[in-house]
Amino acid sequence: MARELTQAIVNGILIGGVYALMAVGLTLIFGVLDIINIAQGVLVILGAYLSYSLFNKAHIDPYIGLLITIPAMFIIGVAIHWAFISRLRGSERTSMTLLVTYAVGLIIEGILYKVYGANNVQISPSYIDSSAHVLGFYIGWVYIWGFVIAVALVGAVYVLLYRTRFGRSVRAIMQNGDAARLVGINVNKVAAITFGVGVAVTAAGGMVFGETNAFNANSGYDLISRLLSIIILGGMGSVGGALGAAVFMLTLESVVTIWQPTWAIAVYYAALVIILLWRPAGLFGQKAVRAQ
Amino acid sequence: MKAQTLAKSGGLVVLLVFAVLFPQVFSNPSVTNYGVLALVFATAAVGWHIFSGNTGYIALGQAVFFGSGAYAMGIAARDWHMQATAVFELLPLSAVTGALIAIPFGLIALRVRRHTFIVVTIAIFFIFQLMAFNFWFTGGSSGLGSPFLSWAPVPYNRNFYYIALACAVGAIVIAWLVGRSRFGLQLRAIRDDEDRARGLGVKAMQVKMAAYMISGTITALIGGVWFYYLNQVQPQTGFNPLFDLTLVLMIFFGGYGSIAGSVLGALIIEPLSLWLNTIPALNGFNEIVLGAILLLVLLFMPRGILPTGAEFITKIRTRGRPAVVPATTIGAAPSATPSAPSVSSGGAR
Repeated sequence: MARELTQAIVNGILIGGVYALMAVGLTLIFGVLDIINIAQGVLVILGAYLSYSLFNKAHIDPYIGLLITIPAMFIIGVAIHWAFISRLRGSERTSMTLLVTYAVGLIIEGILYKVYGANNVQISPSYIDSSAHVLGFYIGWVYIWGFVIAVALVGAVYVLLYRTRFGRSVRAIMQNGDAARLVGINVNKVAAITFGVGVAVTAAGGMVFGETNAFNANSGYDLISRLLSIIILGGMGSVGGALGAAVFMLTLESVVTIWQPTWAIAVYYAALVIILLWRPAGLFGQKAVRAQ
Repeated sequence: MKAQTLAKSGGLVVLLVFAVLFPQVFSNPSVTNYGVLALVFATAAVGWHIFSGNTGYIALGQAVFFGSGAYAMGIAARDWHMQATAVFELLPLSAVTGALIAIPFGLIALRVRRHTFIVVTIAIFFIFQLMAFNFWFTGGSSGLGSPFLSWAPVPYNRNFYYIALACAVGAIVIAWLVGRSRFGLQLRAIRDDEDRARGLGVKAMQVKMAAYMISGTITALIGGVWFYYLNQVQPQTGFNPLFDLTLVLMIFFGGYGSIAGSVLGALIIEPLSLWLNTIPALNGFNEIVLGAILLLVLLFMPRGILPTGAEFITKIRTRGRPAVVPATTIGAAPSATPSAPSVSSGGAR
């Protein structure tokens, strides 16, 4: 029993790292731009399909392929922001972005469906089933490397946000967009780059997701609801919060699965509701990050 | 002003007559099918408008009521062995189920605002979908079937059309009554500034709760109609995440915050997406086409086609005269700094 529990916790932490990677993009986009990017789930799947194609067609290892997919997703993100999101105005802007990104997601999903069909696929390089033997536990290398990459990229986003000049202007916009514009920050440019970075990390998240799960064009919907829960729980706009919340939630789900596989997801969402009632700003959010 | 009111009510009468005559003129079941489903969504959209359109709380969990209404009817018909038209007597049960579910749902979700509210409604929605999958009395993933109705295709669709039309008209009347009452004014005060409304003596929680229950009742009722029309419900069709997003999209498409806009959006988008599905040349592309149409409307008529259209007509009629901008449009007009997104808009509420 204790052994199963430990295994479940370890799995939960490792998978949680991957979810954190996908959620960091969402929380960044939300925190800076006040945008709910419903397309994030589909973008993760797009990232997974990019890695899948590079691996199957060009025989490029998914990890090396990241050197191609991350810049590609960055460009896609900047393009989406430039074409659609930067054009929205008015008092209902946040709700409008939700709908616009939903429409963008529909289009991307339709294209993926057209190109790849409805069958589930999985990125399966030769080492997919090999696992490390640590202290009597078997842990898949895919999960370990996924976790390492996730933590490295989340760390990179953290450094970008808190240790660079660019990050300072991002945080200035988070605090007060009008004041940031007054002191000479090019809000539009920073917003576009932030959206690009938020989408770029989905390339890595999607790659690991595609190695550990079978997916098709529809898989984005289940993902986006989980990712939204994670960023709300972590406190919107908080990078560390997203990591903490992702690890917490996925560990919880993984542990509950031991006893009750069918209800594990319900426990996940019920935990979210309970925690939010207790702390409306999320587990790690400061109350004043954004007005509730 | 008097003439305008007269013209308006005249227009409504013409619309109603058209709606009533529609299945008589087009009796083809594949055409009336569009009518039935469009009216189902129009009713649900008005239900959404009563709560979310008035209060500004964007609810993405309406499928909870829709699915619960459908399941309540299906379970009751099965367990009480009801047959044929007697099943319609269960519609009030569906409606009451919606109202009852709205109470705990509202007590949880209405304590938080804005984005947290949106996500809480999504979370509760997924809990309901999972319950429909896993409870012993819901029929699992294969869902529920309804009793058999021995109507021929033409009267079948026509009868359901009139039932759906009655629901839609009822919902519109309720929404209209809510909108012009003191209650509706309190709801809109909450939308504008909840804390200030509270300070002025609006019992915010009670008012929101009442609106949420009305909204849930209407949505669950039409969910029951929808279930009996299609003769079946599965967890992923009754509790469909796309239902929520489509509903919100319809309303923003037609015109957020107005009854006519909500109805219009539903009456356009639902037949449009059904029709796109039937075109063989678009096979596999219909999702892309639908997404593209929505994007174009959202980008070029960001306030919905109804307000934008009305503005356009006003512009033509007042051409050459000094422009008179209606007071309601000032707030939504492009701001003085069009070069950058208004990031600060989030902090105001």
